[in-house]
Amino acid sequence: MSDLRITAGFLPLLDSLLLVVAREKGLAATQGIDLALVRETSWANIRDRVAVGHFDVAHMLGPMPIAANLGLSPIAVPIVAPMTLGLGGNAITVSVALWQRMLDAGAPGNIDPGPAGAALRMVVAGGGPRLRFAVTHPHSGHNYELRYWLASSGIVPDRDVDIVILPPPLMADALAAGTVEGYCVGEPWNSAGVASGAGRIVTVKARIWAESPDKVLGVGERWATQNPEALAALLRALYAASVWCGDPANHAEAAAILGGPAYLDRPSELLLRGLSGRLELIRGESVRIPDFYVPSAQSATFPWITHALWYYTQMVRWGDVPHSDENARRAADSYRPDLYRSAIAPFGAALPTGDRKLLSAGTFFDGVPFDPDSFDTYIESQRV
Amino acid sequence: MPSDELAILIVDEDRVRATIIEDGLREAGHQRVTVINSTQEVARRITEIAPDVVVIDLENPDRDRLEHFFTLSKALHRPVAMFVDRSDAAAIGAAIEAGVSAYVVDGLRKDRVKSILDMAVLRFNAYSRLQRELDEARTALEDRRVIDKAKAILIKQRGLSEADAYSLLRKTAMNQNRRIVDIAQSLVTAAGLLEP
Repeated sequence: MSDLRITAGFLPLLDSLLLVVAREKGLAATQGIDLALVRETSWANIRDRVAVGHFDVAHMLGPMPIAANLGLSPIAVPIVAPMTLGLGGNAITVSVALWQRMLDAGAPGNIDPGPAGAALRMVVAGGGPRLRFAVTHPHSGHNYELRYWLASSGIVPDRDVDIVILPPPLMADALAAGTVEGYCVGEPWNSAGVASGAGRIVTVKARIWAESPDKVLGVGERWATQNPEALAALLRALYAASVWCGDPANHAEAAAILGGPAYLDRPSELLLRGLSGRLELIRGESVRIPDFYVPSAQSATFPWITHALWYYTQMVRWGDVPHSDENARRAADSYRPDLYRSAIAPFGAALPTGDRKLLSAGTFFDGVPFDPDSFDTYIESQRV
Repeated sequence: MPSDELAILIVDEDRVRATIIEDGLREAGHQRVTVINSTQEVARRITEIAPDVVVIDLENPDRDRLEHFFTLSKALHRPVAMFVDRSDAAAIGAAIEAGVSAYVVDGLRKDRVKSILDMAVLRFNAYSRLQRELDEARTALEDRRVIDKAKAILIKQRGLSEADAYSLLRKTAMNQNRRIVDIAQSLVTAAGLLEP
């Protein structure tokens, strides 16, 4: 088979791992793909360079293809997500000073989002300067998770606290400088905040919304249609990479590869924290969170329509887009389990029987279930 | 300001490039051009500037923040789009290739903005070319320095003339199918190792 050249853009984050491993462990080559990886500096660049065809595919925020298809992006080019790049991987970190105030307000000191949220609410209600939290992009899992946690804890985002946009590499410094009091971001930027002594991880994505996707493989719809074989081969390579990364025996090697100068350019010890789920919450205090980042188990790379629809409900909730049947359909169509199924079929792996699933009461920390077949009611119940 | 002239904001941390673009726009007759080098300053001055067109370099790691800021900002009271004509894929591609992103308030006539973008793209490309040439010149200078050092070593240790020292380097390079500068570098490194 002759090599198919595919150019992929990525941002230096833990969950760019599958793309990096697919290339570095020769898994892309096995599928006949010459996978070129290009590191980018902003999500806007990723989005634009996919839109104009500089990148065939990219490491993308889960809500980003949905936003593009709903016309929320400056360049209106349809983007599809035929694969999720793992589950979890994010956390919420607050400054050591804010953490002390949360402790004083009764935070138990674990990573349970419920009690931590209640303590934060007490802090907010106690007055003082308005708190400011940072996320990396408006159309990101980080933004919607943070807002969900705050809102369910009785804190109204934008009214009670501010949410600003900040690039991940600046977050730890902003925390130390007091420019922001907290942030929600992917690894290794929470661990970086902890390592610098500026922050404490208060909770993690896996506790706010269990088994939830963060990044996806974003593909220009036109490229996907014109290059079905190349795309299928890439999905197989990424699937093989996810299986390799899911084996704890490979974590140390994966962290070393990802920490290389062409990728994250960080000490592998820092990357190993999120990868192995052994995180330091605050300097010197380690915990084990086995489901912190899941690259392979629980159908971690399967692009559930349910997940696209949940992100859509949050886009409606926070005023990004008005709710309509047409918009909901466009959101649902952004994730393409059909492409995933046909590409992965040769592996003979067990795949989910349907493309939608009920997110039961235990999925979200506040116990509210999400039924993808009755999102109208869900949206209505969350109206702000 | 009661003027039908467009207010243009250039956000670029590279002061030299920003100046090159600013000059180009002024030469083309645009008087309301503002250059800002830091994101913080954008936040402070956006209302006062009230830009119709914002040009940002793609290398700016703060692009997500700036973009969000323009979408929210009341100073840009109309919605922003990137580029005027979303369907003009070639123009958008050329701009991104050059490293330019531009935000334009909605409703501006295409031809009014196109010349501004074309100018920005042209100047960005000219700047990149300049940068490349500068890098090449710098490398050439560095090569020259290494070769001179190697020649000096040969002159001192072997008692060769300068011309003979150079031809020895050249002959060795040809025999080994390597560049003269690489041979010179090996010689300089080896001599360094032998020094007391």
